[in-house]
Amino acid sequence: MAVTTMIGARVQRREDPKLITGHGHYIDDVTLVNMAHMSVVRSPHPHARIKSIDTAAALASKGVVAVLTYKDFKPVILGPIPVTNSFVPDKKQVPEQFPIAADEAVYAGEPVAVIIANDRYLADDAAQLVAVDYEPLPAVMDLEKAMAEGSPLVKSDRPDNIGWDASFPSGDIDAAFAEAEVTVKERIGQQRLFPTAMETRGCVADWVPFDNRVTLWTSTQVPHFIRLFVGGALGVPESQFRVISHDVGGGFGAKLRPYPEEYLATAASKICRRPVKWIEDRTESLQATTHGRGQVFDLEVAAKRDGTLLGLRFTQLLDIGAYHGVFSAFQVVACLLGGGCYDWKAINARSIGVFTNRMSTDPYRGAGRPEATHLVERAVDLVAREIGMDPAEIRRKNFVKTFPHTNNFGLVYDSGDYEKSLDRALENIGYPALRKRQEELRAQGRYMGIGFSTWVEICGLGPSSATAPAAGIALVESSMVRVHPTGSVTVSVGTHSHGQSHETTFAQIVADQLGVPMESVEIRHGDTGDTPFGYGTYGSRSLAVGGMAIVASCHKVVEKARKLAAHAFEASEDDIVVDQGRYFVRGNPAEAKVLAELAFASYGAGLPEGMEQGLEAVSYFDPPNFVWPFGCHICAVEVDPETGAVTIDRYVAVDDCGNVINPMVVDGQLHGGIAQGISQALFEEVQYDDETGQMLTGTLLDYLVPTMAEMPDFELDRTVTPSPTNELGVKGIGEAGTIASSAAVINAITDALAPFGIKHVEMPARPDRLWSMIKEARA
Amino acid sequence: MITSAFEYARPGSVDEAQALLTKFGDDAKVIAGGQSLIPLMRLRLSQPTALIDIQGIGDLKQVRRDNGTVEIGALVRHVDIQRNATLRETLPILVEMANDVGDNQVRNLGTIGGVIAHGDAAGDYNALALMLDAEIVTNKRRHQARDFYRDIFTTVLEHDEVVTAVRFPVSTGRFAYTKFRRRLYDWAIAGVAVQETGSSWRVGYVNLARTPRRGTAVEAALAGGASAADAAAQIGSDIDPTGDVRATAEYKRHLAQVLTQRTLQQATSPA
Amino acid sequence: MTQPVALTINGRQREDRVEPRLLLVHYLREVAGLTGTHIACDTSQCGACTVMIDGEAVKSCSVFAVQADGRSVTTIEGLADGGTLHPVQQAFWDEHGLQCGFCTPGFIMAAAYLLQQNPTPTDDEIERGLEGNLCRCTGYTNIKKAVRSASRAMNGGAADIAGHAATAVASSVEG
Repeated sequence: MAVTTMIGARVQRREDPKLITGHGHYIDDVTLVNMAHMSVVRSPHPHARIKSIDTAAALASKGVVAVLTYKDFKPVILGPIPVTNSFVPDKKQVPEQFPIAADEAVYAGEPVAVIIANDRYLADDAAQLVAVDYEPLPAVMDLEKAMAEGSPLVKSDRPDNIGWDASFPSGDIDAAFAEAEVTVKERIGQQRLFPTAMETRGCVADWVPFDNRVTLWTSTQVPHFIRLFVGGALGVPESQFRVISHDVGGGFGAKLRPYPEEYLATAASKICRRPVKWIEDRTESLQATTHGRGQVFDLEVAAKRDGTLLGLRFTQLLDIGAYHGVFSAFQVVACLLGGGCYDWKAINARSIGVFTNRMSTDPYRGAGRPEATHLVERAVDLVAREIGMDPAEIRRKNFVKTFPHTNNFGLVYDSGDYEKSLDRALENIGYPALRKRQEELRAQGRYMGIGFSTWVEICGLGPSSATAPAAGIALVESSMVRVHPTGSVTVSVGTHSHGQSHETTFAQIVADQLGVPMESVEIRHGDTGDTPFGYGTYGSRSLAVGGMAIVASCHKVVEKARKLAAHAFEASEDDIVVDQGRYFVRGNPAEAKVLAELAFASYGAGLPEGMEQGLEAVSYFDPPNFVWPFGCHICAVEVDPETGAVTIDRYVAVDDCGNVINPMVVDGQLHGGIAQGISQALFEEVQYDDETGQMLTGTLLDYLVPTMAEMPDFELDRTVTPSPTNELGVKGIGEAGTIASSAAVINAITDALAPFGIKHVEMPARPDRLWSMIKEARA
Repeated sequence: MITSAFEYARPGSVDEAQALLTKFGDDAKVIAGGQSLIPLMRLRLSQPTALIDIQGIGDLKQVRRDNGTVEIGALVRHVDIQRNATLRETLPILVEMANDVGDNQVRNLGTIGGVIAHGDAAGDYNALALMLDAEIVTNKRRHQARDFYRDIFTTVLEHDEVVTAVRFPVSTGRFAYTKFRRRLYDWAIAGVAVQETGSSWRVGYVNLARTPRRGTAVEAALAGGASAADAAAQIGSDIDPTGDVRATAEYKRHLAQVLTQRTLQQATSPA
Repeated sequence: MTQPVALTINGRQREDRVEPRLLLVHYLREVAGLTGTHIACDTSQCGACTVMIDGEAVKSCSVFAVQADGRSVTTIEGLADGGTLHPVQQAFWDEHGLQCGFCTPGFIMAAAYLLQQNPTPTDDEIERGLEGNLCRCTGYTNIKKAVRSASRAMNGGAADIAGHAATAVASSVEG
């Protein structure tokens, strides 16, 4: 890769001027002439039979255009919401989910009717007037009870409550345990979380009568998926269905699937012959947008007294919710990554997906990898505690040290240097001094703890050779690079940026590849009308896969420009030198043509024999492997034993995502990611009443998204170990912080509470929970 | 969500407000800053048919010292309390509480009268009114704070009664307020206020029962010469917390005791 | 049933008839066409809807338009002085204080108000000043940096804060 000024530069974001002045264009900013508004009537019950729906009063309410229920939508929406078969192709059952309940509602928040009215105030008024006669049915809320023989069913037409049961054996696990000198066991939870993008979901559907062309504006990470699935279910070919996703106020995984409301609004637009807008309230969002995590791991570790890790056996119980999330089974990837960055003789994992009467779980920042990291980093700490070894040293002893490394399940870690990031983090936090301080504080009756998380993750989804068999989809990525006659460049991509800064970083790559000023490069995304088919943005894939698709198109453009230059100079192509956008004959750099000149020529007459006009290229990139970023996070906390309150004193992170396009953007992704993991460790949890199944954390008053005051300063540093699998040498960084940080915090808390003999703390480490544990330990 | 529809009036005087409340009937509500009411209306947990907006009543915005009493108009906002020189001299604990109410945006709209009329056990000022024997002045009468709070979100206020002011005894002794919460701008999981008045101590509890509470037993122990720790241990029936999404009842009880001790120690430790 | 309101928005007067229940944020977005002010919760936690009324930061989702009758409102669209960004806007850009940008207008308004009240806040004062705003992308690190940076810029002789927003009405209460 050529060394240039653009790649690696701290370039200010091009996205920002409109966003800081109030000129962004988010979904609620879309307004069409004659637009009607949709309000969704949702089941208040986790499980109920719908005996009847009386819409008369609602229909008579002021400004109401229509009140629609299942029977109105059934003839219009021709298929169910899709489900991918990620990693568990042998799913036991895949119940079909229609976007609106027919006669049985199976989660609180499931749509049962929609109001279409002239404005949103009137739509909400009428929604109160829909009289639904529900017969409450037993709600299945507990995973283990749901699995038991004779459990009530989540939905009455199902054989049982098991969505999948998949085993992932590797190596001789019995031999590993037979060799063990120590074994430890623990149950480790992953509470349900609200992804809580600051912008809730919403959409505007415009089905033009008689024309039958449809435009759907929607707040999504995956506009092409939405077109494929929603268009497909409504019988509209892609060529007539345009999905536009302009500025999106955050996704975090919760906007990477088609949702019921996108089908309902589009169908309602067809039925009512008007554009239909739906904007989700926050309260509604907490019920109706997918949740994250919702898992329990039972694990057992075999090790030797000298700290050598031998075997890891665990079961993942995953709360699917009432229906499979579109990508929920992706979270089973936790099984394949449960070994983390360590060498194991054998790992035996099993994943059981269990249906409950709750909203579906689906990927949330990290999706499977935070769970894997949390479990293995806790497991290693449990062993270290058992044998009295320093947590840094047990990690060092067991690190994978040579690359590429094939893990227990055949996944190939591309590159890494785990000791280097560990050493750097130890140095940055001043480890020996901090341990000394911990001793001093303990002598004073204060409880400080130090926690590690040495993480590795799989991202850059994905090589089709792996994702197609596992997930049923190829997960390649696309680009189109078009050089206009006077030299400006439009780049259209299939990925989607909603905070990731692609408009900046992708332009840096193109400026570098084509040797043009960054200002002349325009990145277009989020409109299926002018971008090539792409799989969208999630799984920290956009740079390693989408970025490489851009590079591939740039190569094609440069090759054509080289031909044009050779023709202009009447030289052989082999003699043309390309140097930062200047094309000249070897030995004569003074007489050069810049790309703009060649572009202008490309649209004119007198081209080389057989060459078509224009200077543009389309590429699809299918990576040869995943990429594997890694790093070491160290957290120092103090726990007040009287109140159980946790204070984070230090948070040091040394991360490695290969080559860095824009360090400012990488650091920003880490900040936000780390904050979300800390937040899981300390604050966030979706709570339900065990008896009634009602959600108790139904607003942002009760669901604790932290403020600035609860977040520590992050001390970031990085090492650079390029990925050998792509020309840019890059890996992903969007989820890394979240993948790493919950374990660092919880390990620090358990370290702080070690004098009480406390070995494990569940998330979130609520003050009342810690106080109870301390009290019990003291008793 | 969207609030249900209502009628709106903006009276120029307290008498006019009372007349409007009578006219619109039982489902009319007074709105001052609206910082508690509007979120409830947006969830449709409150659906008043009329809002009587008293913001235009100028004489409810005063802070007056009258010998041993400081009278605070109902429309005095949290931000006004934070900045008010008279209050800093006469009732510094209220200023300290105001600093911790909500956030800047809420403090710029929310009023002391709103907190009092809402009667929320989590409303910091209610515990202070109770522990300091404040008087709550309305268009109809004066209530002693000790007789004012009835039950959860329930006060003795009648339908056409408008809180116009709160009268606190000037309290310049040592004090401290501790508000324990998981996020800086949240309501208290438990709040403890202590104020020295003459030779005795007053103790108030925020969000530790269905109504604000005064720490009668703790006060008595302190009067008897108990240490902060020993007095705090007497908390017993001073509070009656219930468990919720934030914390268990058992924890809140323990926390209240710990905070009582710490808050007393903070108030008495040299600055 | 509607009633008349007269407001000054970003220095321009306008008169409309509105339903009493119309929230100020919906008035700004849907009547006045200023969509820079966002809505991200129902319960006044997130601060995305922060604007200034008579120079004071408020959450416009917790105010009815009729309550603001006769007042002067400044929104994110009114913060820049012509083509020149307000120092807080510039600082958010310089310090990468935003990612998805949805919470940003509210944060910028809250930060502009904070610096108007306290031109040189400590870190603790920044945290307290912005406690009413939630961000899910940045982990707040760069927002804090941006406020520090804006404070420095503004104390180096940059333009008056809050542009044409009225100065604080700290004196409205007689002490």
